[in-house]
Amino acid sequence: MTETQYLAPHSLDEAVSALLAANGTGRILAGGTDLLVQMQAGIVKPGLIVNIKKIPEMTSIEETPDGGFRIGAAVAGAVVGEHERLGKAWPGVVEAINLIGSTQVQGRASAGGNLCNASPAADSVPALVAAGAVATIHGPNGRRTVPVEEVPAGPGRTNLAPGEILVSFTLPPRPPHSSDAYLRMIPRTEMDIAVVGCGVSLTLENGKCTAARVGLGAVAPTVLLVKDAADALIGSKLEDDALEAAAEACRAACRPIDDKRGTIAYRTKVAGVLLKRAAAIAADRAGRA
Amino acid sequence: MPTVSMTVNGKSVSADVEPRTLLVQFLRENLGLTGTHVGCDTSQCGACVVHVDGRSTKACTMLAVQAEGKNVTTIEGLAKGDELHPMQEAFREHHGLQCGFCTPGMIMSAVELGMRNKEPTEEEVRHWLEGNICRCTGYHNIVKAIMAGARAMSA
Repeated sequence: MTETQYLAPHSLDEAVSALLAANGTGRILAGGTDLLVQMQAGIVKPGLIVNIKKIPEMTSIEETPDGGFRIGAAVAGAVVGEHERLGKAWPGVVEAINLIGSTQVQGRASAGGNLCNASPAADSVPALVAAGAVATIHGPNGRRTVPVEEVPAGPGRTNLAPGEILVSFTLPPRPPHSSDAYLRMIPRTEMDIAVVGCGVSLTLENGKCTAARVGLGAVAPTVLLVKDAADALIGSKLEDDALEAAAEACRAACRPIDDKRGTIAYRTKVAGVLLKRAAAIAADRAGRA
Repeated sequence: MPTVSMTVNGKSVSADVEPRTLLVQFLRENLGLTGTHVGCDTSQCGACVVHVDGRSTKACTMLAVQAEGKNVTTIEGLAKGDELHPMQEAFREHHGLQCGFCTPGMIMSAVELGMRNKEPTEEEVRHWLEGNICRCTGYHNIVKAIMAGARAMSA
């Protein structure tokens, strides 16, 4: 059998060239918490592994000049969780990233890996979608940016072209009284795959919701941006009627599967419940922000 | 085969390894440090937890080559000669083990918690152990041991 080659380049261009030269047999290694398990199980047999954790741009968190944040795609979850100002501005994004695996996985696992693994139930993705995060992608033809929700193509598949690497996430600046929250439903208390995940980001002005975004996970082949749910919240004071309308929009957006974790009916119902709860937490945080 | 160099329990080590070699295989088979156990091989059970640059890490889900230049501590690196680490002592004192299979990983996770939190509550300990599974289900005494061990570490 052919031996797997390993490369740990210090630049993105080097990583891109190596991936292209590997002709489709290359795999990107961030924390390795998905890839190595897949290799152990014999699901994938890469000809080349490209470790991207030596590329400084991919392993750093920066505040952007306009007051937003740029999070390197390979930054470990534990490092995200220890960034105080990021946690203040985007508590929902941070709590979602910190739900990837266990504490003992958080030292390696990254949001970039979580997105590119392309599980419909990835915990960090609904929160990043709700946050309006933009993904920066570096490839053979230079750089491009796309909204996070456009990166996954389906279970286990992304819209990245051959040789392209997800470099970082950019979170926009936060107006006053803005916050976010992520909730997931799992049948046990720790370490499980979401039956439904819901991220809500919103801005309040005198108690009135002036901006909102809603991301829903594990209810469709890819994480959904639910614009109708956000529209039901915007302009309201998050009264029961508005929350019920937003929950109904979430239920209407669901296209889930029946599996051992949950039935279609259960997932659809829980999507509405989580929307209401996550919106309440985000609003409470925004009121204090 | 690439050469990998790292510090394990304070000693510099270097070896040629196949890229697919897991860190846990390198520790157990190249270095003979068999205190780090392999349970599930899929990053769920936590028997293989070691510290990599101070963070508890599942050594079955990391390649040896990813540990290049890093500082690795295994269960063998905790005691000072015949003197057990306070967390090991607390596990003995509070009967924090039954069959002992999960113990090395439990203790390595617990030591990181003790370094970050001098007085963890029962709830904090139970949450921290989300990635460590005890097949004897002996969690009650493990939690007691870790609460005592964390206090002893800061004493």
